[in-house]
Amino acid sequence: MKNKRSLLAIPYVGWMALFVVAPIVMVVIYAFTTADFSVTGENFTRMGTFTVIFTRSFKLAIIATLVCLLIGYPLSYAMAREGKGFQRVAMLLIMLPMWVNFLLRTYSMMSIMENNGLINQFFAAIGLFDLINGIFGTDIQYFKMIGTQGAVVVGMVYNYLPFMVLPIYSTLIKMDNTLLEAARDLGADSAAVFRKVILPLSLPGILSGVTMVFVPSVSTFAISRLLGGGIQMLLGDLIEQQFLGGAYNPHLGSAIALVMMVIVVACMWVMNRFGEGEEQAVML
Amino acid sequence: MKKKTNLGNRLLIGIVFFFLYAPILLLIFFSFNDANSSVIWQGFSLRWYTKLFQNQLIIQSVYNTLLVSALATIIATIVGTFSAIGLYSMRRKFRNPLMTVNSIPMMNADIVTGVAMCLFFVAVLGGWNYLAVNYRFTVNLFGAVYRITFPQLSLGFGTLLIAHITFNIPYVILSVSPKLRQMDKNLVDAAQDLGCTWVQAFFKVILPEIMPGIVSGPLIPFTISVDDFVISYFTAGSATSTLAMQIYSMTKKGVTPEINAVSTILFVVVLVLLIIVNVREIRAEKAAAKRVY
Repeated sequence: MKNKRSLLAIPYVGWMALFVVAPIVMVVIYAFTTADFSVTGENFTRMGTFTVIFTRSFKLAIIATLVCLLIGYPLSYAMAREGKGFQRVAMLLIMLPMWVNFLLRTYSMMSIMENNGLINQFFAAIGLFDLINGIFGTDIQYFKMIGTQGAVVVGMVYNYLPFMVLPIYSTLIKMDNTLLEAARDLGADSAAVFRKVILPLSLPGILSGVTMVFVPSVSTFAISRLLGGGIQMLLGDLIEQQFLGGAYNPHLGSAIALVMMVIVVACMWVMNRFGEGEEQAVML
Repeated sequence: MKKKTNLGNRLLIGIVFFFLYAPILLLIFFSFNDANSSVIWQGFSLRWYTKLFQNQLIIQSVYNTLLVSALATIIATIVGTFSAIGLYSMRRKFRNPLMTVNSIPMMNADIVTGVAMCLFFVAVLGGWNYLAVNYRFTVNLFGAVYRITFPQLSLGFGTLLIAHITFNIPYVILSVSPKLRQMDKNLVDAAQDLGCTWVQAFFKVILPEIMPGIVSGPLIPFTISVDDFVISYFTAGSATSTLAMQIYSMTKKGVTPEINAVSTILFVVVLVLLIIVNVREIRAEKAAAKRVY
């Protein structure tokens, strides 16, 4: 009877083959061909001209991931130590922003960071600019934030922080309290308990959080366009331009997309090596 | 984890939540602004809400978003549940590679999924349209000659729906699978030994057992569907537009507070729904706790 039930998966297998595997095969074909479909490696050698964009993407994504980890871990830790009711509300509040479209949230972020936005208005109100101008003899009316790499990183952290918090929090909350008690009974101080018990046990959550923040950060194009003021181009912008933008060249775009896919596979491979059997953590 | 609250923890949580919510509160605040600005406050007004309901573009895009998310979630939940059962009954040798394929849409960067699907849809539709133009059939029916032409297809709601279903199914499978693994394998055999057909065994044994997974499953894919911009952007074509795409095209020309208004409405609706669900869950848990003691 067992085999009969496995037939239920057939529509799904067909669907995934058609809409997941076939499109990826097409990306691979496009990446290795020219416009008249003759085989070439040219698309990959041409990527050399975009080194600046590659380095910028990786730099900003890595910084954003680290910032998310540095904020997200203590936050998850703090949340995991609260009572049940508090935790429930906190989880709700972490998920809720996803219901306001991320473009709109980013746009709102943009209006906060604008030259005449809330942050600069606040600094002006507390007399920060007068102070600076008084000391240095300069004439600053505002801090320019839009169009800087810092603004793009802030946007990434703002958008993807929940993806770091959820997996870490879910590993922390599942942690067996008796292990911590045992460690303390055996003479470990709090620092040692954290370093030798809590941190290793939450590693799967950290790795899954890092992947879930890094992958969208390195591939975003909307955040960099809004907060980067159009001058901080990232890999996502580059791909988008090859498909829907002015520089129409799906072959080059596919090659870049393929590189991105390889990066993701590498991330998954690393994750699978460290956190075996933790597919739950990947999800939430 | 040991439960211990201290001020430092609360302060940290407060600061992060302030960071997360400041932009949202600001955009809700400025949806009630009388001026067309998200910086300068000119007094309370509901005029963006009345304007919103006259703006066909936004209403249509909200309708598209909710329709595609709801349809994709329902279809993905049904297909995903059956597939999870099928995968669970499979031998490991077949199941493991399929689970890897299953995680591709979840792990891959959105833009890669979007671009891949865009290429695929354009190629398939191109092939179809070529055939549709070059091959026409004539049918002779009761003396009258009918010419059958295939319609020309382009990127639109159909491709958008397919894309959303495709990235939703993996999440459903991931939430149903653990429930299947927890289920006692002998239950199904017992049901069949007692004379159930395997269809009856499915509806009377397997389905009730995995119901919690099926019920909690759709929330995440639906949320992701509503929030999705990148994959929709590449698969919806130019004629169909979701709310996210509408917002994106507006960010180039300047967002009007009508968008703030529609987002405020959605936000409040979801907030109320989540509060209701959670209050009910808490009540159910309390009732369950009473029964135990």
